[in-house]
Amino acid sequence: MMATELVLTVNGEQRRVPAPATAERLLNQLGLDPRGVVVEVNRRIVRRPELATTPLADGDAVELVHFVGGG
Amino acid sequence: MTGVLNPAAPALDAPITIGGKSFHSRLFVGTGKYRSNAEMVAAIEASGAEVVTVAVRRVDLDRSKDAGILHHLDPARFFLLANTAGCYSADEAIRYARLAREAGFNEFVKLEVIGDRETLLPDVDGLLASARVLVKEGFQVLAYTNDDLITALRLEDAGCAAVMPLASPIGSGLGLLNPYSIRTIKRRLSVPVIVDAGVGTASDACLVMEQGVDGILMNTAIAEAADPVAMAHAMRLGTEAGRLAFLAGRMPRREVAVPSSPEHGKPA
Repeated sequence: MMATELVLTVNGEQRRVPAPATAERLLNQLGLDPRGVVVEVNRRIVRRPELATTPLADGDAVELVHFVGGG
Repeated sequence: MTGVLNPAAPALDAPITIGGKSFHSRLFVGTGKYRSNAEMVAAIEASGAEVVTVAVRRVDLDRSKDAGILHHLDPARFFLLANTAGCYSADEAIRYARLAREAGFNEFVKLEVIGDRETLLPDVDGLLASARVLVKEGFQVLAYTNDDLITALRLEDAGCAAVMPLASPIGSGLGLLNPYSIRTIKRRLSVPVIVDAGVGTASDACLVMEQGVDGILMNTAIAEAADPVAMAHAMRLGTEAGRLAFLAGRMPRREVAVPSSPEHGKPA
């Protein structure tokens, strides 16, 4: 039987998300605009066109980064 | 503001070209440490800079409405140069550079590999190693480095688009500590030399540009000024003054006085 949710580590914090999950669904759930965020899953960058087709599995480490002020 | 926003003498200087991109302003500015986004934008406008640096960091998931910096800076107006600030190894810097390229609009990266937490001085081994990898991946690498000629030459050999020696440590405001080294690096390299980090006020920017380097990058000196917008104006003028003075060619230094008025023809 399929699990109804899975646990991800997102930016260092554990988060439960409904299964099945994709990178795009995660961004939607977090209210993030994919155009302003870069997604890395288990240290691999997910390019924007592939967000919808990139599945997330239980235990995946996801990093969501963007540009901030810096020198 | 009017007047001061116009370049002092645009016809007297050529644009700076890095990795095939040309810019009229030789002053590059950072976007960190401002008290507010509005103040940052006003200061950048006042500086006249076209190249603006940004950092790559995690999205704050608890405050997702607190948008990234792209909501305040128009990427069509400014050339966003991502940095790898805060990276302490070649691998970490490579990872950040790849993330930045994905987040950004160009192949340019200001490559920093820090070797020491107290001084934030560069780890030149890690810098060279990561520069070689990133150049192979098609990045235009602008390498933040020491004021060391040998490292600068190796970075140029590695294919860096520009070499960025420091004036003094990041955020120190100590100004240009070794003009000789900076002049030597500029004289020996073919790629643009942009002095990055350490200036504190407009005279520092002027002195840096008087060494003949191609450009200057700063953040803290503007952001931590009591009035960042006024300091950004001053830095723009200081950068232009130093550049024009270099191009004009200064008079020789003498150990003796030479009168400016004729010695002959004085009424008896």
